[in-house]
Amino acid sequence: MADHVNEVEFMEEDTQKGRFLTFQLGGEVFGIEIKYVTEIVGIQPITDIPEVPNYVKGIINLRGKIIPVVDVRLKFKKETIPYNDRTCIVVIDLDEVSMGLIVDAVSEVLTITEENIVPPPSYKTGFQNRYIKGVGKTDSGVKLLLDCKKLLTSEELQEISELE
Amino acid sequence: MSDESNTFNEQMMEMFIFETNQAIEQLEDILLQIEKESVMTEENINEIFRIMHTIKGSSSMMMITNVAKATHSLEDLFFFVREKQLQNVDLDATCDLVFNTIDFINQEISKIENKQQADGDEEPLVEQIRRALARLKNPGNAKEQEDTHELEMKETNENSEREDQGVTDQTVKKHFIEQTPEVLEKQRYIAKVHFEEDCKMENIRAFTVVRNLADHVDELHHNPIELFEDENSTKAIVENGFDLFFTTAEPYDNIFQILDTSLFVEKIQLEQVDSYDALVKQIEKAQQDEEMVQVETEDELIKEDPEEILQEKVNLQNVINVGKKKNIISVNVEKMDLLMDLVGEIVITESMVTKNPDLAGLELDSFNKAARQLRKLNNELQDIVMSIRMIEIGPTFHKMHRIVRDMNKKLNKKAELFISGEETEVDKNIIDALGEPLLHMIRNALDHGIETEEERIAKGKPTEGKIQLEAINTGGDVLIRITDDGKGLDRDQILQKAKRNLLLPKSEEDMTDKEVYNLILLPGFSTKEDVTEFSGRGVGMDVVQKSIDKIGGVIQIDSKMNEGTIINIKIPLTLAIIDGMKISVGQSIFTIPTTTIRESFKPEKKDIIKDTAGNEMILIRGECYPIVRLDQLFDMKGYVSELEKGILVVVESEEVSFCVFADDIIGEQQVVVKPIPAYLRQYNIKNSGIAGCAILGNADISLILDIAGIAEKI
Repeated sequence: MADHVNEVEFMEEDTQKGRFLTFQLGGEVFGIEIKYVTEIVGIQPITDIPEVPNYVKGIINLRGKIIPVVDVRLKFKKETIPYNDRTCIVVIDLDEVSMGLIVDAVSEVLTITEENIVPPPSYKTGFQNRYIKGVGKTDSGVKLLLDCKKLLTSEELQEISELE
Repeated sequence: MSDESNTFNEQMMEMFIFETNQAIEQLEDILLQIEKESVMTEENINEIFRIMHTIKGSSSMMMITNVAKATHSLEDLFFFVREKQLQNVDLDATCDLVFNTIDFINQEISKIENKQQADGDEEPLVEQIRRALARLKNPGNAKEQEDTHELEMKETNENSEREDQGVTDQTVKKHFIEQTPEVLEKQRYIAKVHFEEDCKMENIRAFTVVRNLADHVDELHHNPIELFEDENSTKAIVENGFDLFFTTAEPYDNIFQILDTSLFVEKIQLEQVDSYDALVKQIEKAQQDEEMVQVETEDELIKEDPEEILQEKVNLQNVINVGKKKNIISVNVEKMDLLMDLVGEIVITESMVTKNPDLAGLELDSFNKAARQLRKLNNELQDIVMSIRMIEIGPTFHKMHRIVRDMNKKLNKKAELFISGEETEVDKNIIDALGEPLLHMIRNALDHGIETEEERIAKGKPTEGKIQLEAINTGGDVLIRITDDGKGLDRDQILQKAKRNLLLPKSEEDMTDKEVYNLILLPGFSTKEDVTEFSGRGVGMDVVQKSIDKIGGVIQIDSKMNEGTIINIKIPLTLAIIDGMKISVGQSIFTIPTTTIRESFKPEKKDIIKDTAGNEMILIRGECYPIVRLDQLFDMKGYVSELEKGILVVVESEEVSFCVFADDIIGEQQVVVKPIPAYLRQYNIKNSGIAGCAILGNADISLILDIAGIAEKI
């Protein structure tokens, strides 16, 4: 019985491994590991909240669950564009902390094997480098793979740990 | 199989921890009651005995031998008291013993919960109990008795666990259990084991009995034969008991002990026989028969022995009499959360249906009637779901009696704990998180706050110190207040210490008393110079601060030298429903807890005053109130900027009153308070004047204003 369950879990794990959801942001294509993605919803009314950085757009009501949303364009210090009907909120969930990422559009789910992933350039100065875990090479071009853990932890904390 | 037994073990462990915790809570209540009334009734003794027995059984089944041994010796003690109907028991000493045992069990359980080995040494405790028992048995001759015990102890110490248990058992039980002569030849036994009613998974319980026995016997048969494959086995065990047939060289007592310490065993019949082969054959045959034709088997077997049937009935009767069950079930909190969310969605969906734009302009009498009915039912549903999650804070408060009692004894102080507001209901999660910080603060109050008797007399205070623990529902929040009439906090001492530890945020002179007192909440701060057993390890108040932070609460400390200290903890009623007034500012909708609202009105221009700094104020019936513009406070755009075109809501938080300026009032609604999402806690939202969020009927989110928080900003 238990073996069976384990097998199913293992299979699930296996099918998710190396799979990335890719989305567009301006000219670049980013990827996040599919295991963190809980769902993708269209843009919806966002409630403002005070005392937060500008890239935290506010909170949304996702079927009774209140989830903060972050504009990835602003977070990566790109120029903003008005939201349109292609704009999506990608909801990610890591260790019970949920967050919505506002992206221009989601593209597809890709399998990128480990040998096709190279580490990002090692200079730390780039503001968005901090969130990039690796660069995936695919037939359709290069995808920047995001580090979900870093996206979810506070920036201040990261800066401190980087200083140390 | 190993996988299966792993998850199975975990489940069992979870159950064990849950049950033991409950039992211990019950036990503490009984003890505190005994101490309060200074009488130990027969009922009390029976209860304690029963609880000890349960914990002993379950812990030895979970292989937590130290707990099993500790409870075992205590059980012996109470057994003796019960049997001899002793009247002259030293209450204080006995209660201390039980409390010590409780502490020991708690400590071991928390180790297990943290996935550590329960490796605490039970010997000192067992020895204590043994001495107490010796004293009881032989009041005049206690000394001698102690010596023998000590000697025995040394001998047994090195022995393996189970043997140790056996020996201890014999030395202690000698006096009241008739011992069968030890026969070292192999003997045949028939045993019938009944499990407690409702213990569930009887087949698994039976399996553990078999497993426990397996090491000690040479040959083992049991009925039902198939425990797991056969679906009827559980039923058969419940109805007829679990029969065991085995051959062993070990004495009767040891075997009885093994059976007795298995979990949930209610009743054991252990009989020594010459032969059981015939019976075993019969059962095996019956089993085969059943496999062939699928007819009832065990009944036949038992029907041959009418006496046993009678016995059965008596057993059943006993079982029914034993269970004094409460009508309560325990449910996983996660399920409650899910239910709650679902109800929230239903409410939202309801308004999506009944207020659907497609219905506009239609004459829908019967539809509206049905819709009203739906609304009513939904409201009821919502109320009930909310009320399920809320539990009274009383039990958490009452646990503090214990610590006050212990510390009074150890520190030789006299303080009494007064509790009020126990009926205040708070969300389950918050109650769970409150226990630890409360404990810390009560300890602090007693250790650092309350003076010794002599000091108190010298200061002209009543000899008995007073610690007050209150819970007050202030509408949006629950206020927990801990007041002591001790020596209070010493501003200079705190400042010095803070300076030494480089914790001072600004120069000494600039700091208000309150700011100074709040310094003790910083990590690494402990005002007591010498470390005591109870507090002052430098990990006091900052831990409290952290735990309270986690549930979104705020701590405030106030104190007066030689008069006492007041600690206020304001915690939100997360997931609670509050009555709120919805107001609009620009596109946003805010909710103000109705309990804080005094009145609302459209102001007239002549009443508005501006001070030199440009701060706006308004005169209402001769009193002056500051005006807070929400759009400015939250840095957003309101539609209305002239005060006389918008609306002013007069709100009050504790002693401070002020006016909130908004575009308009939308209406009143009951809202579900939801906490600010975890990700956002890294920002300064908590201090920005937002208490939480609420989902409105149209699925929009409204922010709930933290009136007390805003009051602090002006």
